[in-house]
Amino acid sequence: MDGTAFALKPVESVTTAPLAERFPFAIVGHVDHGKSSLIGRLLHDTNSLPEGKFAEIKAASDKRGGTFEWSFLLDALQAERDQGITIDTTQIFFQTARRRYVIIDAPGHKEFLKNAISGVAQAQAAFLVIDAAEGVREQTRRHALILQLLGLRQIAVVVNKVDLIGHDQARFDAIAREITAYLAQLKLTPAAIIPVSARNGDNIAARSANLPWYQGPTVLEALDHFAAAPVATDQPLRLPVQDVFKFDERRLVVGRIESGSLRVGDRLEFAPGFKQAKVASIEAWSAPQAMAASAGQSVAITLDDELFIERGHVAVHSERRPVLGHRAELRLFWLDEQPLRVGDKLKLKVATAEYPVEVEKITAAIDVEKLQPVQASEVARNAIAEITLRSRALMALDKAADMQRTGRGVLIRDGDIVGGALVLDAESSDVDKRLVAPDHLVTRDAREALNGHRGAVLWLTGLSGSGKSTLAMGLERLLFQRGRQVFVLDGDRLRQGVTADLGFSPEDRAENIRRSAEVAKLLADAGMVVLVSLISPYAQERDRARAIVGERFHEIHVKADLAQCEARDPKGLYKAARSGAIKNFTGIDAPYEAPAKAELVIDNSTQPIERSLAALAAYVEPAIALQAVKDAWAI
Amino acid sequence: MSDLDALENQSIYILREAFSRLKPIAMLWSLGKDSNVMLWLARKAFLGHVPFPVVHVDTGKKFPEMYDFRDRYAKTWNLNLIVRDCPPVEEVDPSLPPAARSAARKTIGLRRVLDEFQFKGIIAGIRRDEQATRAKERVFSPRAESGAWNFRDQPPEFWDHFKSDLPEGAHMRIHPLLSWTELDIWRYIAREGIPIVDLYYARNGKRYRSLGDQDITSPIISDASNLDEIIAELTHTKTSERAGRAMDHEREDAFERLRAQGYM
Ligand SMILES: Nc1nc2c(ncn2[C@@H]2O[C@H](COP(=O)(O)OP(=O)(O)OP(=O)(O)O)[C@@H](O)[C@H]2O)c(=O)[nH]1
Ligand SMILES: [Mg+2]
Repeated sequence: MDGTAFALKPVESVTTAPLAERFPFAIVGHVDHGKSSLIGRLLHDTNSLPEGKFAEIKAASDKRGGTFEWSFLLDALQAERDQGITIDTTQIFFQTARRRYVIIDAPGHKEFLKNAISGVAQAQAAFLVIDAAEGVREQTRRHALILQLLGLRQIAVVVNKVDLIGHDQARFDAIAREITAYLAQLKLTPAAIIPVSARNGDNIAARSANLPWYQGPTVLEALDHFAAAPVATDQPLRLPVQDVFKFDERRLVVGRIESGSLRVGDRLEFAPGFKQAKVASIEAWSAPQAMAASAGQSVAITLDDELFIERGHVAVHSERRPVLGHRAELRLFWLDEQPLRVGDKLKLKVATAEYPVEVEKITAAIDVEKLQPVQASEVARNAIAEITLRSRALMALDKAADMQRTGRGVLIRDGDIVGGALVLDAESSDVDKRLVAPDHLVTRDAREALNGHRGAVLWLTGLSGSGKSTLAMGLERLLFQRGRQVFVLDGDRLRQGVTADLGFSPEDRAENIRRSAEVAKLLADAGMVVLVSLISPYAQERDRARAIVGERFHEIHVKADLAQCEARDPKGLYKAARSGAIKNFTGIDAPYEAPAKAELVIDNSTQPIERSLAALAAYVEPAIALQAVKDAWAI
Repeated sequence: MSDLDALENQSIYILREAFSRLKPIAMLWSLGKDSNVMLWLARKAFLGHVPFPVVHVDTGKKFPEMYDFRDRYAKTWNLNLIVRDCPPVEEVDPSLPPAARSAARKTIGLRRVLDEFQFKGIIAGIRRDEQATRAKERVFSPRAESGAWNFRDQPPEFWDHFKSDLPEGAHMRIHPLLSWTELDIWRYIAREGIPIVDLYYARNGKRYRSLGDQDITSPIISDASNLDEIIAELTHTKTSERAGRAMDHEREDAFERLRAQGYM
C-alpha cells in the first residue's frame, strides 16, 4: 500500500448521522431463575448473535455434558460455566426495529450483590425474573428493593420456566399477585408481568401457543415500551469540580455538569464555600466555541477571578445552592464484609467531593421481606439501613428526592467503596447566619494605626533543616526590637497543642495546615506580623492556606539543597528517615513541591544567616507599611 | 444529546478522573483505530494537550505502515512517546496455545514498562463488544503487583465512583472506551476526522478490520475503501471483529487466561 496514513476531513453522510443514545436495561432476580438464559434466548430469537456464536455455546455446553445453556453467551468465564452461575455483571449490545439497547446482566447470588449493583446502577429500566417453580425468593425481593434505591421506576416482571409448571395459569397468577403486592409497597408498578420459558423461547420475541391464556406483551414488546429518562437540564446547576488545569496560559476549571445549565457571564458560587466568580468562557478543543453548556456535558471553564478552587467544590447558582451542613440522614446499602457500626469513621463521596464522616446513629435496618424498619446496632453486608452521619467539615448536599445525581454518593473505607447512599435529609448548619461574627468596635484601621504597621502572615516553607525556624526566630527578635507586633508560629510548637491530635497521614497534614493558617489569620487580624514556620511540602495545601488568610499572605521559600539540610540535620531526623525509622519524611520518601510563585525566595544554602535575615527584613518592612495612611497623605 | 456526544462526554470524564486520581499515569498506544480515538479523546479532555506519556509496547511484528504512522503522529501531536520492546516468545508461558503465547509477549513487555516507570495508572482502549471477558470489565480495573486481574472479585463501581486507592506495587487499568462499539468508533472517526493507518481500507478486495501482529492477524474480504463504506459494511455484518485474531479461537479459555495474567 502506498502512503502510510492521511489526516481525514470529517465526513457528513447518512452513515454518520447522529443517533439517539442506547437505552440501557438490566435483568435482575434470584440466583438461577434464568436471567442470563433469557438474554441469550432474546438475542438468538431476534437473530442478533454473531456468526459462529451458537456453535461456540453448543461446544461449551457439550463439553460440560449438559443441556444447551443459553446463559453461556454471557457467562464467559470458566468458573461461571463450570458452576453454572453468573459471577460478574456483563453488558451486551442489542437492537430492535425501534431502537438500540445495552443489556445488563446481573448475577443473582447474594455473594455477588456488589457486582449486580455495579451493573444495574447504569440501567434505566429492568426486568425482574422469577422462576415459576420456585416463586418469589429472598434475592427477588432484595433486587427489587435495590432497583428502588438506584432510582429505577420502570420495571417489568418475567415469570420464567413456565415449562416447569406445565404452563399453569393459576400458579402464574399467584406469583403475579405476590410480587405486585411487594412492589406496591416500594411504590413500583410493573409495566407487565410476562409468563415465559427462556429455554423454549415462549413469549420472548414471539407470542407462544403454549400460553393461550396470556394476552399481554412479549418481553420484546415490553422492552420497546420503556421510555428514555429525561435529561436533568431544568434542575438547579450542579457542576462538581474534577480538577483545575494549567497546561497553558489558561486556568481551567473542569468537570461534568450533573444537572442544570450554565452560560458565559453567569455568576457561579463554589459550594460549600461562598466565593463567587463569573464564567469568562467555555473552552474546548476541536469543537465550536460554546456560550452555554448543560447536564451531561464534560466542560472546561475559565473564570473572571482567580479564586482558590479545587476538586470537590461544586459550582452552583447562589439562588439555588445545595444544603450546607455538617449532618446528613442517609438510606444506604452496605457491601462490606465488616459490618457498619456507630462511631465508624468513613468517607462520604458525593460526586467529586470526599468528606471524612463519622456514623452518629443507626436509625433502623430494613427488613427486606416485610419492608419494615427494625432496630439494629450494626449494618451487616448486603443490608439496607438508615443512618445519620456527621462531618467535621461543611458538606454541600442535595436531597435524593429533589436531585437524583447529586443526592447520592458512596461510602469509602480504607480506599474501598463499601456502600451506596441516598441523602434523605441534610441539616443546614445555617453557616451564613451563624458564622457572621459580631462586628468589632475597634476597626482594623485603628488597630493598625496604633501599631504603626499592618498585620501579615509570612509563610516560611522549606525542607526540614533549611533554616526556617532559625530565620523566623531571628526575624522575630529583629522586628520586635524595631517595635513591631510580631510572633512566630512554629510547626513543632503547634503540634504540641492546637494540632496535637493529628498524625502525618495526608488528611491529617491537610488539617494541620488548615488549623495553622486559621490561627495565623486570627493573629494577623489582631494586628500581628505572624511568622509561620512549617515545612508545608504540598503546593495545594499552601494554596489553601493562602485562600484562608487572603491578601495578607506572603509565601516565602526558604531554599536549601537536600544535601545541605541532611548534613545539618539539627534534629537527627534525616538519619532516622534514611534508616527507615521514620516514614513519609519530606525530601527522603515524601516529595517537596517547591513553590512556583512564592513572593520571596531566600537562598539559605550557602549565604550566611545574617544575609538571609537582612533579605527577609528588607522584604517585610514595605509589605507591612501602612499603605492606607500613605495614600491619605497623597490627597 | 446524540449517542456519540454522550460517549465522548463520558470518556472525557473518565480520562479526567484517571489523571486526577492516579499519578504517574500513561496511555497505551497500539496504533490501531481504538487507541487513536482514545488519544483524540485525551486531547479533548485536556484541551489539546496529552499530559502524560504514551506507551507503545512493541512486538516488533507490526506492519511497516504502523511504524510510519507512529513516528509521524508522535511528532505532529507532540507526544511524549515511550517505546519498549517485548521479550522473545521463549520467555512466555509455554502452556499457552501458540498464538496466545505470541500475544502474551505484550503482557510481559507491559509489565517491564510498569517496573521501569512505576506507573500507577495505565489507560487502555479495550471495549466490551470485542470479547466476552472484556464485557465483564470495570472502567477502573485494579491489577495486582504481578499484573494479574482478579476477575472473581472486582470492586463495586457505580454512579461513576471509581476505586482509585491501590496497594503498593499494584496499578490500575483505566478503560475509557469500554462502552463504545466498533461501529461507534468508526462513526466517531468519520465525524471528527481522526487519522488512522490506511490498512483499514480495502485494497484488492481485502482489508484489516482489526490490527494486531502481522503473523496472527488476517485481513477480511471487503471492498470498503472509505469510511462510509466501512460503516455501511459493519452495520450489516454478523461476523465478529476479532474473528481475524487467531489467539481468540484456539481454546475456550485462551483469552481468559491471557487476560487473567495481565493482557489488555
Ligand atoms: N426448564 C427451564 N430451565 C431454564 C429456563 N431458563 C433457564 N433455565 C435453566 O435454569 C438454570 C439457570 O439459568 P441461568 O440463566 O444461568 O440463571 P441466572 O438467573 O442467570 O443465574 P445467576 O446469574 O447465577 O443468578 C440453567 O440451568 C438454565 O438452563 C426455562 O425457561 N426453563
Ligand atoms: Mg446469570
